[in-house]
Amino acid sequence: MNYISIKNNQTILLSDIPESNYESFFDMNFGLISGHPARHCVNYFGYKAGNNVKLICCIADDTTHEILVSTCLVHKTHELESFSKELLCFEKFEREIHENFGINYIDHLWLKPVRYANNRDDKSQTIANYPFFSIDSEELHEVGVGPIHAGIIEPGHFRFICNGEQILHLEIQLGYQHRGIEQLFINNKKLLQRATLAEDIAGDTVVGHGVTFAHLWESMCGYEAQLDTEFSRTLALELERIAVHVGDLSGACTDIAYQLGSAVFGRLRTPIINFLQEWCGNRIAKGLIRPGRNQFPFTQELGERLKHVLDVFEPEFNEMSEKLFSLSSALSRFERTGLVSNEDATKIGVVGMVARMTNLNRDIRSSHPFSLYSELAHQPILKRHGDVYSRVQIRRKEVEQSLQYIRTLIANIPAPTENKSITDAPKPSSFCLSLVEGWRGEICHCALTDKKGDLMIYKIKDPSFHNWLALALCVRNNEISDFPICNKSFNLSYSGHDL
Amino acid sequence: MLENLKIVFHQGKQYIPDPTTVEVPGIFRGRPVISLEKVDETELIALCPTNAITNQPIQIDLGKCTFCGECAMRFPEKISFTKEYKIASNERERLIITEGEDKAIEVNPDTVRKEIHRVFGKSLKLRQVSAGGDNSCEMELNAANNVQFDISRYGIDFVASPRHADGIVITGPITKNMAEAVQICYDAIPEPKIIVLVGTDAISGGLFADSSAIDRSFLDKYHVDLYIPGNPAHPLSIVNGLLDLTRKLK
Repeated sequence: MNYISIKNNQTILLSDIPESNYESFFDMNFGLISGHPARHCVNYFGYKAGNNVKLICCIADDTTHEILVSTCLVHKTHELESFSKELLCFEKFEREIHENFGINYIDHLWLKPVRYANNRDDKSQTIANYPFFSIDSEELHEVGVGPIHAGIIEPGHFRFICNGEQILHLEIQLGYQHRGIEQLFINNKKLLQRATLAEDIAGDTVVGHGVTFAHLWESMCGYEAQLDTEFSRTLALELERIAVHVGDLSGACTDIAYQLGSAVFGRLRTPIINFLQEWCGNRIAKGLIRPGRNQFPFTQELGERLKHVLDVFEPEFNEMSEKLFSLSSALSRFERTGLVSNEDATKIGVVGMVARMTNLNRDIRSSHPFSLYSELAHQPILKRHGDVYSRVQIRRKEVEQSLQYIRTLIANIPAPTENKSITDAPKPSSFCLSLVEGWRGEICHCALTDKKGDLMIYKIKDPSFHNWLALALCVRNNEISDFPICNKSFNLSYSGHDL
Repeated sequence: MLENLKIVFHQGKQYIPDPTTVEVPGIFRGRPVISLEKVDETELIALCPTNAITNQPIQIDLGKCTFCGECAMRFPEKISFTKEYKIASNERERLIITEGEDKAIEVNPDTVRKEIHRVFGKSLKLRQVSAGGDNSCEMELNAANNVQFDISRYGIDFVASPRHADGIVITGPITKNMAEAVQICYDAIPEPKIIVLVGTDAISGGLFADSSAIDRSFLDKYHVDLYIPGNPAHPLSIVNGLLDLTRKLK
């Protein structure tokens, strides 16, 4: 077959990726995904190679723990057959390729702009004239929300088409947060600049993106992180998961006007993020994760301190969760609201929590393990209803699981080792892919180096990139008043999507 | 009912009685102090990811600093970060820390616009706009209003409509794609109104200062009333900054 099979965090030579023409590239990747729910596309992107555009497709196989990478060369004047016509999970990847390079697809469902990237092909398209769908009818009305929303959150535009109170269609238009971060990864040459940039991709997933970059960079430089470093990374990932999940439970309570839950979960987030500050000096762990270094070694004293924090946190969290999940007024708002079926989830190609709440087992911690997750023998938590209730409940269960993992981890804190720094530069003419399961789902970074070993392409994919479409579809036939709770139950990233 | 009361009872007292004097836990990186120690200045300057450090004399611009702490880690004898979270000022120059000087960063009451204390001294409603912010400052602004920091006890609230607001709080470096929305929002706020920048990205562009995807021309047009540095700004920096701006008397 015309692909190369690699493992998570493996660096290969660019020339090792088999290249074929678009037809066989298309047939092969189509065959890999179609009818195989255990395989999904983790990244599909293009970059300019002279007058042509080179496409790289990365498909992860969750059962064999490998990633299948293939490539092909196309030209702007080629009219290509789209994956999206049959495989919805390619929808946004192909729109991105179209937006950035002007590649045309003959049968794509809707080639609309993804984020109005600064280096887009057609600059006449501006964010002010996004082509929304509309239905001409006297009975329907449209509701436009954003880019600035009512609360203190990031910007994005939601356009609803409603029949009375009922949502018929929702279109989500993003791009307002586009900062050109992928280009900055190339422009900024210092490692520290890149490591801090990775932490700024999405401020709610500082550890997730930080660890992804660190793994990728270390792999490209042929460096293997020591046990204590990977320990810190695993611990930080799980702390971040608890902090955000608890915050989301608070948000869910706010959106159903349950004041007690909102206040209690809201304040329960504080001891966790304050512990991160005790550890690394920053409440959301900026500065904690660095490639080739255990920046803030986790000491026995910190372990004792964390144990105490969790001992206080756990009963208070359990008490509030039990109350929330036995409250009929809360459950009636959660149950059967914003449904995503397992079939739709597979089609859309959702990842992370949003996949697992429809009984779709996608979790990089078990399928492509990294850091200490093999030792923890992670078992993903699955729910099957696919409604707001499942998404809220999965957070409670994952918090409980993370608490247990953290207790296991701190029972056996590895002795700090002398930092051995990265001595080598990244390998020239290479490709590397790194996957990490952040709290929101699978994060994928890909990097390509040129002949001199300089970074040539840096491609970031936040889990939100897959999941936004699921939010847009799940609110159909729901009342518009249920939109906030649906939105909160997904809690997707704008900046991670817009880059 | 009894269960609810039990939960309420178990919370104890969560609010911070006085957010202007409380101590932050752990090793918080707040206002840095620079000693007069001689170090390799070229190396020190080259280290900083956002070029916030300059020499003759050695200075750190907190409007550019990402608080990564790398300089203090490499040159502990030269730079140390204190736990001082009061780092907001109404004057941009006051965010610059100079070697050998260990003085507080303050709001200068002499240069605060006259109407601010009179009009907003007891009630301030703000409209927050994220313009390329990474959601970290946004989370901390939300935290400033939780039951612990509880900024609304001072009559400071975040409102949904700019028509109800007395000012705009901007986070993020202001992207090209968001520039128009920021302008429309600002125009919709009735006079008198204030502009507050929260976080390094908003104050100087931070890591994104050189990106061609941002457009900061909005800030060239208006007077900024308060700068609150941080990456993200700590809720205590936010609470104290806003209080100092609106409450401090000449």
